[in-house]
Amino acid sequence: MKDLLAALRKDLLLQWRGRAQVIAIFAFGAAALLLFSFAIGPDSAALREHAAGFLWLGLLLASTLALAESFEREMEEQALEGLLLLPASTRGLYYGKAIANWAHLALLGIALVPVMVVLYDAATLRLVSLLGVILLGTAGLSAPGTLYAAMTSQTRARQTLLPLLLFPLVVPVLLAAVKATSLLILGDPMGQLRPWTTLLAAFAVIHWSIGGLLFGRVVED
Amino acid sequence: MSRMIAVAAAGICRRYGRRWALTDVSFEVPEGALVMVTGRNGSGKSTLLRVLATAIRADRGTVRILDLDVRADRDSVRRKVALLGHRTHLYEPLTALENLAVRARFLGADPARGALLPRLEQVGLADRADDLVQAFSAGMRQRLALASVLQQQARVVLLDEPYGHLDPPGFLLVDGLLQRLRRKGATVLMATHLVTRGRNLCDRGLVLEAGRLTYAGATAQMPEPAGADGAGFAEGA
Repeated sequence: MKDLLAALRKDLLLQWRGRAQVIAIFAFGAAALLLFSFAIGPDSAALREHAAGFLWLGLLLASTLALAESFEREMEEQALEGLLLLPASTRGLYYGKAIANWAHLALLGIALVPVMVVLYDAATLRLVSLLGVILLGTAGLSAPGTLYAAMTSQTRARQTLLPLLLFPLVVPVLLAAVKATSLLILGDPMGQLRPWTTLLAAFAVIHWSIGGLLFGRVVED
Repeated sequence: MSRMIAVAAAGICRRYGRRWALTDVSFEVPEGALVMVTGRNGSGKSTLLRVLATAIRADRGTVRILDLDVRADRDSVRRKVALLGHRTHLYEPLTALENLAVRARFLGADPARGALLPRLEQVGLADRADDLVQAFSAGMRQRLALASVLQQQARVVLLDEPYGHLDPPGFLLVDGLLQRLRRKGATVLMATHLVTRGRNLCDRGLVLEAGRLTYAGATAQMPEPAGADGAGFAEGA
């Protein structure tokens, strides 16, 4: 727990120092939402129908930048190796970074919601439920994303490899998050929201458990 | 009474791809010794120190640090060993003080400003405590990296080119730190090209050539590294 808190504090401080990058990543996500809206055209019903899918696609694309960036600082002067040699617990380092990345992605998701509302005319009054879906969905992205970002940060083709490895793995999370968000925007007459959010929570638990077990193997020689 | 063996390497080999960086390297270092590791570029000095520090694994052979096996007791070894590598292990977006505070929290030490400033004073960086590392020169980064190594209070200290990037006062700083470590009873292995300086400071020497250990013994009888001819191994201050 000591190492987890130390790692979390370090990663949040690093994110705060790189806040210009955070704004750039938000701008990238917002630009993606804008471009997707052009693809649909002016049909407001179609825009509303596809809003949830495009929100999560924009968030997924932006998340690869955020996740890769989180390991950029670790690799510049091999700072992560320095912590491993102290020795810091690999699980503490993993969960610290994964929680910091989760916070980053959740804030990004929350910031993209007003953009979606404006561009897709896709408002919902169930804001607390939407917040819950964003938290669960980004938890399902950040845990495997942190693991794969660590893996690819040691390779030259990391910008290409990270989405290549991550996207297939998070397809179930993405599907469940899109469905749950869509139910909140378009209405949920059949009461399907709970099973989808339960599925999201299950994926998050699985990814967070596996990530903690595998991180040591990924970062150690 | 004979001293305990601090570092015992037996037949260690390490390769990168198809090239062997270390081949059958065996030696022993008694506790409290100051050992110079020298050899030409690419002779395996850094690889040897990284194997001893558990940063990388040997492909063959065994290493024991203070009677602990580096494979079986890796975390215990890491609590007793500190490494100053070619890369400084620093976070560039953080200040000098924040870098030391990050490590202090993992070490379970006091991360307060008052506790860390003396560390920076030791390496002449107290007046730059709140400056971001990304604004530091290479020599200043090296000084901060030395401070973070000393923070660990390790019994075995591995220094890879500690004089690298330093100015003449920095050379004297490293000399002083080595003497201080010796007084505290730490075992130090220092990779360097500064042969004359190393001979004056260290009591033992290891010479590597193309990944093979060609000499292990007292520095007084230590041969010049192959191809050195004096000129390429200038001493600085």
